[in-house]
Amino acid sequence: MKEHAPILQMTGITKRFPGVKALSNVDFRLFPGEVHALMGENGAGKSTLIKVLTGVYSIDEGSVLMEGKAVSISGPLAAQKAGISTVYQEVNLCPNLTVAENIYIGREPRKFGRIQWKKMNQDAERLLKERLNLTIDVAVPLQTYSVAIQQLIAIARALSISAKVLILDEPTSSLDQTEVQQLFRIMRKLKSEGLAILFVTHFLDQVYEMSDRLTVLRGGELEGEYMAAELPRFELVLKMIGKDLKLLEELPKLSAETQNSAGQTMLTASSLGRKGAIKPFDLTIRKGEVVGLAGLLGSGRTEIARLLFGVDRSDEGKLAVAGGGGVKSPRGAIDQGIAFCSENRKTEGIIDDLTVRENIILAFQATRGWFRPLPRKKQDEIAEKYIRMLNINPPNPEHLIKNLSGGNQQKVLLARWLLTEPDLLILDEPTRGIDIGAKAEIQKLVLSLANQGMSVLFISSELEEVIRVSDRVAVLRDRAIVREISGEQINQQQIMQAMAGG
Amino acid sequence: MGGKLVRHHLFWPLCVLGALLLFNLLYSPDFFSLVLRDGNLYGSLIDILNFGAPLILVSIGMTLVIATGGIDLSVGSIVAISGAIACLSISKGTDQSSIMLVLTAVGASVLLSLVLGLWNGALVTVTRIQPIIATLILMVAGRGIAQLITSGQIITVSNPNYEYIGAGSLAALPFSIFIVAGMLVLASLLTRRTALGLFIESVGSNANASRLAGLRSRTVILAVYVFCGLCAGIAGLILSANVSSADGNNAGLWYELDAILAVVIGGTSLNGGRFYLIGTVVGALIIQTLTTTIYMIGVPPEITLVVKAFVVLAVCLIQSEAFRKTLKLRWKKRHYPAEQEVTRHA
Repeated sequence: MKEHAPILQMTGITKRFPGVKALSNVDFRLFPGEVHALMGENGAGKSTLIKVLTGVYSIDEGSVLMEGKAVSISGPLAAQKAGISTVYQEVNLCPNLTVAENIYIGREPRKFGRIQWKKMNQDAERLLKERLNLTIDVAVPLQTYSVAIQQLIAIARALSISAKVLILDEPTSSLDQTEVQQLFRIMRKLKSEGLAILFVTHFLDQVYEMSDRLTVLRGGELEGEYMAAELPRFELVLKMIGKDLKLLEELPKLSAETQNSAGQTMLTASSLGRKGAIKPFDLTIRKGEVVGLAGLLGSGRTEIARLLFGVDRSDEGKLAVAGGGGVKSPRGAIDQGIAFCSENRKTEGIIDDLTVRENIILAFQATRGWFRPLPRKKQDEIAEKYIRMLNINPPNPEHLIKNLSGGNQQKVLLARWLLTEPDLLILDEPTRGIDIGAKAEIQKLVLSLANQGMSVLFISSELEEVIRVSDRVAVLRDRAIVREISGEQINQQQIMQAMAGG
Repeated sequence: MGGKLVRHHLFWPLCVLGALLLFNLLYSPDFFSLVLRDGNLYGSLIDILNFGAPLILVSIGMTLVIATGGIDLSVGSIVAISGAIACLSISKGTDQSSIMLVLTAVGASVLLSLVLGLWNGALVTVTRIQPIIATLILMVAGRGIAQLITSGQIITVSNPNYEYIGAGSLAALPFSIFIVAGMLVLASLLTRRTALGLFIESVGSNANASRLAGLRSRTVILAVYVFCGLCAGIAGLILSANVSSADGNNAGLWYELDAILAVVIGGTSLNGGRFYLIGTVVGALIIQTLTTTIYMIGVPPEITLVVKAFVVLAVCLIQSEAFRKTLKLRWKKRHYPAEQEVTRHA
């Protein structure tokens, strides 16, 4: 690729939110005729950067140059005018309008105020054919086509608004393998025509298949810009997670003395899988064992947890729980002694309108049914106990949970599940957004629970944490368990090599 | 302390009710007077309680439905069906003096209203139709069913035992008040003495998270629709017994709207979550008082609905926090323009 002038150049971009710097002094450049992957873990600032480019957020500091000229992207319309178009993973077109209408909505060709339907359809047909090699009937509603085609139509729409920069935000997450290849062919064609494509995805294989250049963000800061061909996968993962290979010394392992490798089996999943979510996997969890799930965001960690807890149904394989019987619903899972602390606190955890006390007793009360309510005195005792045990702040059981900080909400949810005295506790990102002190407390709690015989499935993006608490680690990549590591073998290098793969 | 009082969910509803009563007192000084005649109390306040009884009942059921994030538009039709079936069974009876006849009639309509509630609940939980559409079906069809039962006529009955439900009195007070009080106590016990209230609020606040916490949200939702149907059915009995007739066309007309309004005025959010039974009762009383007031001050019948609409709009605005804030801001701007200027430049 020739090293000519970048079409888009962002310098010193800083974006603050109350209490956090989402982006701090980030540089980013994009050349015409390249596919540039933006990489980073959760909270790295990826989506903030994209929202800056699409005009959703305004920047606090820094400058944006398009073709050498300063532009101010004050809103989505301004972004479009500047030549930046975005296609999101959820296609945001109108499913019941025709393809042509979707492409030209708001910009219909008119003559004397009347829309020229024929011309519009012809234009749409030609556009799809010439730019995307796609021959379809443009006069039928969008919803008659698959998601993959809809996405291409969204791209066509973006191109017809004379895009110079095309942002593809997780375009492949709802596509199957052949559809992905179709999209990639089109991306290559557009690239050869000089379009600059910013590609965001969680799939490492796809990153290496498609992109010429990578920019890695971490914790809101620029980690670096690399040529994809010159950066081995392993090092990319290191950079995303923020580990220097030299600093990878063995952390003191808290769980070294756990003896439970020969304990009874608590749960066995055999070739359990769900199409589009997680490829069939085998997983055994024994009594009193902490099993860690490691993998990058979107690698299928949460999907495993959802299958085990019965939130989603599996469509192949078998799941056997020690108590006998399978798991068909969250309620069924709870009755089998399983508890699941979701990573989405807001949507799948807390009940906004209720107090801390009510949130704590909810799952336990659900197992008791309507007609055996916990007496209020007992509720107060329970709430007090867990508030003290987990250091919940403010220590007032009658506080509405929505007014608590994220970390304290997390502790309330932990209390909710501990109260049900589960045999298997699934923790999905239990320490995200929690300060360091509380993190250590939760890790210690996990270990002491395991010593008392509780099994724990521990999911976290922080490798140290996984390593510290786990007796065994299952490593995921691209929606499949690719390796299991146990005992002495558990260290960052092993795990990261498995996470990066090939 | 004052702030806490203002923030209590009953503060604004009680203020509105107080204001309405005060207006009536000023308009006709003997509004609050109660007269004891033939062992019965008479007076405007008693009338409001008596005529308001069916609305309060319907609103109690509606509160629980709305707390789960749903809505029940069919209550007015259930009111009509329940009255119609009761009057039909009584008019077909041979021995009009038999207490069994009335009990059978009441039993039949209670049973039917439970079934209708179950129908609504099943549409919402099993077929997952949106509540507003699911209950719209029975709202429209229910009127037809009621007219089928009455064969399009107004069925009149003259049975003193039946009449007692809606027009009788106990301990100098209308009997209907006791029915309402009984149902209110039942609803409170059901929701606050069992875990049902917690489950309703949990499902209404975040259905997804509730499912993950192990709640059987479908059962909870089914139960509230059944209870709402029951409330509407009993309200239908009171209404038809009060006038000793069943009018499939007009009984309980627009009750659903008044009930929804009462619930909202009472402080329960249409988004679901926390619910306030006492607030709802106050809300229903506000609406009934308003209706009585409009009749009393002699608003011409053709514009009563318009007047009512304006008052309701005012009540809703007073209760809206956003509106109060804007009002406060306007007030400040008008009075301290200089200060505004300073803060703007600061």
